[in-house]
Amino acid sequence: MSLKQLTRQQQNLAGYFFLAQTILVLGIFVILPILSAVFLSLQKVQLLGGIEYEFVGFRNFRQLIEDERVWIALKNTAEYVMIVVPSQTILALFLAVTLNSGIRGKSWWRVLLFLPTVTSSAVLTLIFMWIYNTNGLLNDFLSAVGFPTYNWLGDPNVALKAIMIMNIWSTAPFFMVIYLAGLQDIPKSLYEAAELDGANGWHKFIHITVPMLNPVTFFVVAMGIIGTFQLFDQSYIFSKGTGGPNNATLTVVLLIYQAVFRNLQMGYAAAIAFLLAAVIITITLIQRRLFGGEKN
Amino acid sequence: MNIRLNKINSLVWLKILLYLALALYAIITLIPFLWALSASFKPLAEIVAGKPNFLPNNFTLDNYKQIFIEEPLFLRWFFNSVIIAISVTILNLLFNSMAGYALARLKFRGRRFWFFLILAVLAVPIQVTLIPTFLILKTFGWLNSYQGMIIPNMVNATFIFMMRQFFVNFPKELEEAAALDGLTTFGIFRHIVLPLAKPALAAQAVFIFMSSWNNFLLPVVILFDPEMFTLPLGLNSFKGQYISYWNYIMAASMVFTLPALAIYAFFNRYFIQSVSFTGTKQ
Repeated sequence: MSLKQLTRQQQNLAGYFFLAQTILVLGIFVILPILSAVFLSLQKVQLLGGIEYEFVGFRNFRQLIEDERVWIALKNTAEYVMIVVPSQTILALFLAVTLNSGIRGKSWWRVLLFLPTVTSSAVLTLIFMWIYNTNGLLNDFLSAVGFPTYNWLGDPNVALKAIMIMNIWSTAPFFMVIYLAGLQDIPKSLYEAAELDGANGWHKFIHITVPMLNPVTFFVVAMGIIGTFQLFDQSYIFSKGTGGPNNATLTVVLLIYQAVFRNLQMGYAAAIAFLLAAVIITITLIQRRLFGGEKN
Repeated sequence: MNIRLNKINSLVWLKILLYLALALYAIITLIPFLWALSASFKPLAEIVAGKPNFLPNNFTLDNYKQIFIEEPLFLRWFFNSVIIAISVTILNLLFNSMAGYALARLKFRGRRFWFFLILAVLAVPIQVTLIPTFLILKTFGWLNSYQGMIIPNMVNATFIFMMRQFFVNFPKELEEAAALDGLTTFGIFRHIVLPLAKPALAAQAVFIFMSSWNNFLLPVVILFDPEMFTLPLGLNSFKGQYISYWNYIMAASMVFTLPALAIYAFFNRYFIQSVSFTGTKQ
């Protein structure tokens, strides 16, 4: 009531006083960059002392199509998304359902399983590189059980898969917690009714848990897609920024980084960034269609 | 009778199976950490000998001593990360809740527009804004600086949205009573609203601190003076220098990880809350 007693002007003043910092920061570091990314993508940018721009129209975008490394990066990233997103989602769901099945010490398990999610990607990547290393734990283990050892890091066929395994392992617990929260919202009466009808655990899981979690799954898959398409830290550390061996760990974001800081092609880098944004938004929209939209 | 016994029996087996599966997964989770921790206490010779022993045969603290001697910037990186993460967290808490509160409660011209804009910002991948942000920071002379790391990150659209949802469901009566007592809008926000928002703030704080602490993409682009590196960047450059000295690298990794783990262990409850928050309220 009394909030309304403020005059219109006072209300406006208060509103903008509260929003000022947000408008300023989003304006300078989000809106302005988006506009200037559009500008950059149509320019050839020369970084020689100062910055010089030359309008080139859509040449950067044409260059995208002809650039073999763009296709390699897209292929690597797509492969990564298609394997990591379903794996981490299913693993997260199973972990959440297991933790939710009346197990003792639920919060302790949760703390323990959550460890990789709070550890920095830099540290995780180094630990895994060392496990995969020629003298690492994986080879020690293989030779202990009588298998031949292998140079995992040097093989282009293995490098990306090594990063996949690491990321499924480190991201699944994050989504597990989201699923756990979703599980609390499923009414118990549904399960009781199903039990009266003689449903077993598996039936309840398939016919109640999974459909009831559909909105959560939509969110988990959407977050997963957005996150995996932006793979950078791990590839960068793994390959010292090169995307090697033999372009096997080259991702779209790593390509953007290289275009800016190795080849000094800012305009071209902006064009790749728009390609990435377009891919992510398109796939998110398709996913929304497939899931029949969010039920909020 | 028999059927019931059977059922109970199979339930017990199922339980055991569940515990076994969880224990197995917990081991898979822990092994890389324990293995890294154990290596940080081993001399290099023992690490490359190729015997997977978890307990070091020749226990040593030399690796930890050595990294501080070999890399004098170690403490500096730690300090940089702490300054940046703490500033980013405090500013986010203040500004995100102010913005969220305004969008939820204050009736001003253009509210719908700003709300829509903040929602739209959520959909833009950071890579699009990265290069222009680099150029803008360069223009300001903020490359290799704390403000370059802090100011672009001092508000967060996701958490503005989360705070708005929180305040929309907030009971209005207290604020109205405070307004009758003559408090200003900011006074109400500061003395009535913020204290009651503590759970949402705590959840947000842990989340923002962790993502700032572990951030790699922005620092790798805007920090190139080793003095200004944050921990993840420092660790990466350390790895470049000591390529096969895994004993040092693992000791360094442990030094970098322990503070984050301590904070996580301490605030675990809030962290889990914040994950559930971002998950279900979006």
